[in-house]
Amino acid sequence: MISMMSVTEVSRRIKESSAEAVVAEHLERIRKNEFNTFITVAEDESLRRARMLDSIDSGEPGSGGRLHGVPIAIKDNMSTKGIRTTCASHILDGYIPPYDATVIKRLYAEGAIVIGKANMDEFAMGTSTESSYYGPTRNPHNPNCVPGGSSGGSAAAVAAGEVAISLGSDTGGSVRCPASFCGVVGLKPTYGAVSRYGLISYANSLEQIGPITSNVRDVALLYSIIAGHDPKDSTSVDSDTNITINCDLRGLNIGVPKEYFGEGIDPAVEKAVWNRIHDLEAEGATYTEIEMPHTDYALAAYYIIAMSEASSNLARFDGMRYGLRTEDKDVTTTYSDVRALGFGDEVKRRIILGTFSLSTGYHDKYYLKALKVRTLVKQDFDSAFGSVNVLIAPTMPMPAFGIGELVDPLSQYLADVNTVPINLAGVPSVSVPCGSTQGLPIGLQIIGGFFAESRILDVAAFVEQMNG
Amino acid sequence: MITPEEVEHIGWLARIKLSEEEKKQYAGQMSDILDYFGKIDEIDTNVKPTYQVLALHNIFRDDVDGESMKQEDALANAPKEKDGYFKTPRIV
Repeated sequence: MISMMSVTEVSRRIKESSAEAVVAEHLERIRKNEFNTFITVAEDESLRRARMLDSIDSGEPGSGGRLHGVPIAIKDNMSTKGIRTTCASHILDGYIPPYDATVIKRLYAEGAIVIGKANMDEFAMGTSTESSYYGPTRNPHNPNCVPGGSSGGSAAAVAAGEVAISLGSDTGGSVRCPASFCGVVGLKPTYGAVSRYGLISYANSLEQIGPITSNVRDVALLYSIIAGHDPKDSTSVDSDTNITINCDLRGLNIGVPKEYFGEGIDPAVEKAVWNRIHDLEAEGATYTEIEMPHTDYALAAYYIIAMSEASSNLARFDGMRYGLRTEDKDVTTTYSDVRALGFGDEVKRRIILGTFSLSTGYHDKYYLKALKVRTLVKQDFDSAFGSVNVLIAPTMPMPAFGIGELVDPLSQYLADVNTVPINLAGVPSVSVPCGSTQGLPIGLQIIGGFFAESRILDVAAFVEQMNG
Repeated sequence: MITPEEVEHIGWLARIKLSEEEKKQYAGQMSDILDYFGKIDEIDTNVKPTYQVLALHNIFRDDVDGESMKQEDALANAPKEKDGYFKTPRIV
């Protein structure tokens, strides 16, 4: 039986004992488990900071904050000053960031302790956390299954009770998919709500950092801490980051997009999601089945855009300023050697496909066309939110699949069919557990309009209550 | 159909050296994936492209200097350095 933790419980234990004792307990649990959730465990750093927080006179920044002494797992694509950051790639061997991402600074200002860097698909490219250079993470509900991806380590660490809270990043579902597969809560915020400064870019027009926790209130707490305008990210927006949870369903009209229950959906998933929609209806909400006609084209458009952006963003990994370096030859050969040795199979495939999509003769057919499809997908959402308050749909069309089960790249891409449209549109979505099948969790996602985080989390809290 | 020779050329553009095996494997997989991507040709897209979803325009900060990274920190991860610079292979 897996027992998960909440921030309230961890904070209470810190009050009863000390931050150092609680960090030591966390480290012990992480050591004992065999789910391969972390790439780096920051043992010395986390104990040192806990001792500083315990000592009243130290004046340690963040002391007395909302996360005083609470350990957090950080996906290994966020820069943590002094703590090794790998992006689960061989190419960043030995890289120790000289600065903190903005989200890390905000967590420190509230007293949080970074206990380690969580495993992920290499450069966040995947749906299973199998492409990590450091080996796959296992699903705590069934170690023969994947935890989902790409933030698989972050979600599995919460599900296994190793930490109460973690951060992931979501480019096309990378927070919501592992949250769904691991039976935890994960939020993909509105594009621009959370600073991306210090997040190692994969597809910068799509991705957002988001919290993963055991319950909706902790997601709301973490969101209110990490969100807000940052002068260092010119796409970040000054928005209201306060979340009010009062489980108020009065006047709520839910849209149920039929395309999200399409061909290939697991019947158990379909049933679990509909059960919750009917439960919400019984509690006073209404629902309308709606059409979002461009959903079918979103997946292809998403992959073209994400791969194109990746081919540009990953050009910086050339072995000159950090990471792997091979024997010096002429400069082009050295770049090509470093990148051949440092990048894994899926990363190479996406860079090559992205380079192809942007190349002369193919740019208009693939990249530009995909950006136009993106406009149509976004219009589907604009039009839906003209008549309903939120959308509810399965996060993933299936429960966690087996490790090694989806080896063909295209078959794994197709699993993202329900998560990628949200990133194309830039709207927020939270995945919350809604049942299980054969011992594996099922998640549903609640999608809102721009900056409607408070609304979707309020509905998520209601769904959570129904789970008992 | 994508040929292994085409994959080799794209690999060169992307500065990734590929083995013969990789060229063959990627050629097959790319053909399948591009075939799937062709799905977007099915619809009319008489709309403007969306490069980014927010209605933000250029945001400029005031021209005041702030803190910047120390040279030793910037060089701390460099595989090779010389005289306070990153050392690259010979370029010309």
